[in-house]
Amino acid sequence: MIAKLLRLQPHQPLTSEAAKSAPLAIQGLSVAYHHKPVVWDLSFIAPAQGLVAVVGPNGAGKSTFIKAALGLIPKLSGEITVYGKSVASQRHLIGYVPQRGSVDWDFPASALDVVTMGLYGKIGWLRPVRKAHRAAALGYLEQVGMADFADRQIGQLSGGQQQRVFLARALAQDAALYFMDEPFVGVDAATERAIVNVLKDLKDQGKTVICVHHDLQSAPDYFDHALILNIRPVASGPMAEAFTAENLQHAYGGRLAPSELSGLIPLAGQ
Amino acid sequence: MLTELLDILSFQGGYNTSVVLLGSALLGMAGGVIGVFSLLRKRALISDAISHATLPGITLGFLVALALTGTGKSLPFLMTGATISGILGVLLVQWIKDNTRLPEDSAIGTVLSSFFGLGVVLMSYIQTLRDGSQAGLESYLLGSTASMLQSEAEMIAVFALLITLTAAIFLKEFGLICFDPDYAASRGWSVSKIDLLMMALLLAVVVIGLKTVGLILIIALVIIPPVTARFWTDRLGLMVGISAFSGGISCFLGAGLSALTPDFPSGATIVLTATTLFLLSLFLAPRRGVLATGLRQIFFRYRISRRRALLSLGQGQPVLSSLFILLLKHEGTLDKNGQVTKLGQQKIRQMSRDQDLWNQYLSDYPEEAFAQKNWSLSMITDVLPPDLIHELEENLRLQQKVAG
Repeated sequence: MIAKLLRLQPHQPLTSEAAKSAPLAIQGLSVAYHHKPVVWDLSFIAPAQGLVAVVGPNGAGKSTFIKAALGLIPKLSGEITVYGKSVASQRHLIGYVPQRGSVDWDFPASALDVVTMGLYGKIGWLRPVRKAHRAAALGYLEQVGMADFADRQIGQLSGGQQQRVFLARALAQDAALYFMDEPFVGVDAATERAIVNVLKDLKDQGKTVICVHHDLQSAPDYFDHALILNIRPVASGPMAEAFTAENLQHAYGGRLAPSELSGLIPLAGQ
Repeated sequence: MLTELLDILSFQGGYNTSVVLLGSALLGMAGGVIGVFSLLRKRALISDAISHATLPGITLGFLVALALTGTGKSLPFLMTGATISGILGVLLVQWIKDNTRLPEDSAIGTVLSSFFGLGVVLMSYIQTLRDGSQAGLESYLLGSTASMLQSEAEMIAVFALLITLTAAIFLKEFGLICFDPDYAASRGWSVSKIDLLMMALLLAVVVIGLKTVGLILIIALVIIPPVTARFWTDRLGLMVGISAFSGGISCFLGAGLSALTPDFPSGATIVLTATTLFLLSLFLAPRRGVLATGLRQIFFRYRISRRRALLSLGQGQPVLSSLFILLLKHEGTLDKNGQVTKLGQQKIRQMSRDQDLWNQYLSDYPEEAFAQKNWSLSMITDVLPPDLIHELEENLRLQQKVAG
């Protein structure tokens, strides 16, 4: 059933039953920066309970796709629904892990302060952060193995530790649909494992994660679905169907080294 | 002279002076609080555009008031004019940034100098009117508390309190927007509205501070106290508090000094007081100050040398530096005859274990280790999370097995 849904369906209207219940349904999304299209006519329906790797070459519009889906940048055209309703009305269900390089780590905040930001939505406008909130935030830091670093200024953490703090902040939101932008970039293997464990937990809890991922080798191990982009969508669906050497070659063109491709070819036959 | 200053600062310099001092202190507090957020939002320079952009408004306000009421120096007219042209200035900066390829600093530079130029021309025109009431208008350039009316000081005090309270109420929201605006937007916080409120509070501080500090120097009120505060803390709440205190005390002392020496513009005395606090912090602040950084550098060398010395002892090599032999004797690693004590052996084992793990980290994750500032400086258990250390221990064991 899901396999059928996930094959590219360029112009299926979002009123379909499948789109209404999907964590994320996108129809004909196009985005441009300074008159240059970066994402072109993308339609995609995310599986309920699944880990989706968004892969594609540099400049393929992966981060742009995520930012547009979150409503952070204006889109040229297209419709986006989250569980059948507009993104703006479903924000409480959406979690976001931005790229680590997108913030100033010299900011006067501790690891715990940053995780507490994930609870601000629950706390609400103008209400102060209370002890109970900080205790809850500490629990999320614990989940990513960072409880001992709660009071450390965020600039004093290593890259992997900073990424874990970002992940804990997203967990604190207790969302149903997560967007993550390259969480595995520049992290140590222990952090990589910690992130993979968190992803598995999220999936087991019935959640959906859409994750920009740059490493083609590990993608089939960590994720069960793929969305392959190169400005235009190339393929999407369960890993075994979409993540084929043919599709990757199509997306990456000559930029994919033959050795990288050869490692993946067995997948095509699965 | 000193007793006079103490009299003024202890509110015994007359009721009017006392009200002016109190108003100035509250103004400094408000500037310190809102300044933290413009600094962290990386918009500190926009306050310079706002303040310079107010001059045409002040002069036009003067001319309108002169035409309508017969006297130009009416504070409500001047403030309204200042606010309107300040807003125009900000909008123009924003427009240039959005519609051209100019970066923000060029846009700010262009707007502030053009508005200021226009203001100076209008001011020179007013000087030719020979109306008499224009005397003192130039005090808006460098600030003057000497001519301040009690009603003006009271108005400044009330607005300053309101600004501070508003910023305090929005501490959580402002902090979130300053740290990670994209994330905030993804959670549904209206970044543009919160930004607008921050800008409005900044504009309000500039406008009510014009008379006291003057438009040329008012940028100091929203920049110096926050950077002073940043030296002392890594926590946002504390930074706001320290900045408020440092801004408040600077304006209080500065206005007091100016009351004592009416020939000095109060803006200058206030800024110099704030600068003094800044310099003290720059040198003396723990951890971030220059002195602390220097001491840390010395301590850093000591730690490296001590680590090297312990590792050499572990490999059966003698410690060469006589200074270090003394130090190691002092800490009990060596006994009087230069032999390693029991405690010393424990320390040596611990240190070589730590160094092995650091080396393992370097070979397993070269990039991570390279970026790790504490590599081989602190004990690894203080720096890396337990799961990673466990992994390094496993890898180390495997490797030693292979080697053995």
